[in-house]
Amino acid sequence: MKLNQKIKLNSKLFGDVDKVPTRDGYGKGLVELGEKNKDVVVLCADLTESTRSNWFKEKYPERFVEVGVAEQNMMGIAAGMALSGKVPFVSSYAVFSPGRNWDQLRVSVCYTNANVKIGGMHAGISVGPDGATHQALEDISITRCLPNLTVIVPCDWIQGKKATIAAGQATGPHYLRFGREKTPTITCEETPFEIGKADVYADGDDVALIATGTMVYESLVAAKELEKLGISAAVVNCHTIKPIDVKTITEVAKKCGAVITVEEHQINGGLGSAVAEVLVENHPIPMKRIGMLDTFGESGSPDELFKKYKMNSSEIVKQAMQIVKTKK
Amino acid sequence: MQFKKITSEKQLKLIANSIRQNIIKSLVEAKSGHSAGPLGMTDVFTALYFNVLKHDPNKPEWPERDKVVLSNGHICPVWYATLAQAGYFPVEELKTLRKLGSRLQGHPHYWEPAGIENSAGPLAQGASIAIGMALAAKMNKAKNRIYCLTSDGEHEEGQFMEAMMFAGNNHLDNLCFVVDRNNIQIDGDTENIMSLEPLADKYRAFKWHVIEVDGHNLEHIIDAFEETKTIHNMPTVIIAHTIPGKGVSFMENDYQWHGKPPTVEQAQVALIELEAERKEIQEE
Repeated sequence: MKLNQKIKLNSKLFGDVDKVPTRDGYGKGLVELGEKNKDVVVLCADLTESTRSNWFKEKYPERFVEVGVAEQNMMGIAAGMALSGKVPFVSSYAVFSPGRNWDQLRVSVCYTNANVKIGGMHAGISVGPDGATHQALEDISITRCLPNLTVIVPCDWIQGKKATIAAGQATGPHYLRFGREKTPTITCEETPFEIGKADVYADGDDVALIATGTMVYESLVAAKELEKLGISAAVVNCHTIKPIDVKTITEVAKKCGAVITVEEHQINGGLGSAVAEVLVENHPIPMKRIGMLDTFGESGSPDELFKKYKMNSSEIVKQAMQIVKTKK
Repeated sequence: MQFKKITSEKQLKLIANSIRQNIIKSLVEAKSGHSAGPLGMTDVFTALYFNVLKHDPNKPEWPERDKVVLSNGHICPVWYATLAQAGYFPVEELKTLRKLGSRLQGHPHYWEPAGIENSAGPLAQGASIAIGMALAAKMNKAKNRIYCLTSDGEHEEGQFMEAMMFAGNNHLDNLCFVVDRNNIQIDGDTENIMSLEPLADKYRAFKWHVIEVDGHNLEHIIDAFEETKTIHNMPTVIIAHTIPGKGVSFMENDYQWHGKPPTVEQAQVALIELEAERKEIQEE
């Protein structure tokens, strides 16, 4: 397996890899940003600890706003603060924000082009036992269709921290997607991260695994398995869903001739759709989307759910074997 | 340079009359849009921009300015006409309302033109935006005040209740809402569609100071705004009792004028009526 040496991934990637929730990166990023920029403010709707906003609150209580259980109001307040020069971070579960306050995101934030950042926690099916109501599996679809909005899904907590800081330093609305569960640390502090630039984590010739968020790790594990089976798989971390990196996706597609997208999200409207749009217009080749297959989730442990709903390395291996056969 | 306050009631009435005429002219040109709300709120807008606000049309981005947020965006013809009257942009531009390429969108877009402090359309969103501005001002220890103009019907939105609760809970005394209490909404009378009464008590229960005023008595409107500046530790709402379509006899109090513009003939009649009113004011 040809790991990209320039990327400097965690040396313990396939060994005793440490696991941390990506949302910790949000909390740590906010604290760092808060120190650098006194205009950074954090808003939360009664989920301060879950969203890790409590770390910011402890350090900068005067810049923390508790809005109570009122996500629509929170998004609007953030817009008003942004129009007054603040850099507000709206923090809640992704099912509520941008789920419940999408209209406020659309008009008060995106149409206005207000400098608001949205942190959506507990995204994906890995929130597990809470069940379908709390598993945000549509948030990428409903955000990436909005003009002016950048959409980022970090692959681990370190990238989560970098993405939070980068979003805070950039101008305009940004949506950041995080998970609750502890997931493997893939990257290091030195690993490059740039909004809008997909990174090739492993080189390959037979099939490209284009993944986002926590599914980047599953794709790396799958690529290692595939190597044993004689298939050379490239792994791309497509952390920015919008603007999508057309250049990198097209290049890797040309090289591999087949693409599989992997995401903890509905296959309709998410990363899979975004990549399909790029390929259809630039370089149509065989493609398969791995993700939630147009169904709601249910309660269960994350591993049980990943297995049942076919979002893990063994499913990626299976699909890769099949798609390679369809190549001309 | 702060905009000079106009204190003469006669002068303010003449300004309101000009704004009403310009609303009719822009709506008839646009061939779509809302008539009743803008005419009903003209006196409140006149009081704000020509007497109450600390602002400067030549320097719209002045950081110390008071801000006006319009939550019920559909009455923007009165906002545009008032800003033009105050010198934010040329009055002639009002004729581009709702036309392709115009800055004067059917529902307002932030800073198009300068002076438009928020985007609005979906009801209740302005209420939260105004709260965000008031919070930011508090954090910055700024002295400016935030005024949010709202419709009565939009109080039916859940977001509006969230906003009312937050502002009272957070003692935002630099924030003032104005309710355009005209008792109509698209489908009919508010009290038949979804009763809002007792509206004043609802605000009081949410820890607001409440003032009720005749929304067409300029002196009383200005007094109400002055009173809001003296209230500490709580936000203030001015419930302005208005007549939808005010100033044009066949539009007044008829909810069917909520969402339509006058025809060319109707506009001619409206302008004749308003011109007659202008003469009366001049002769007062």
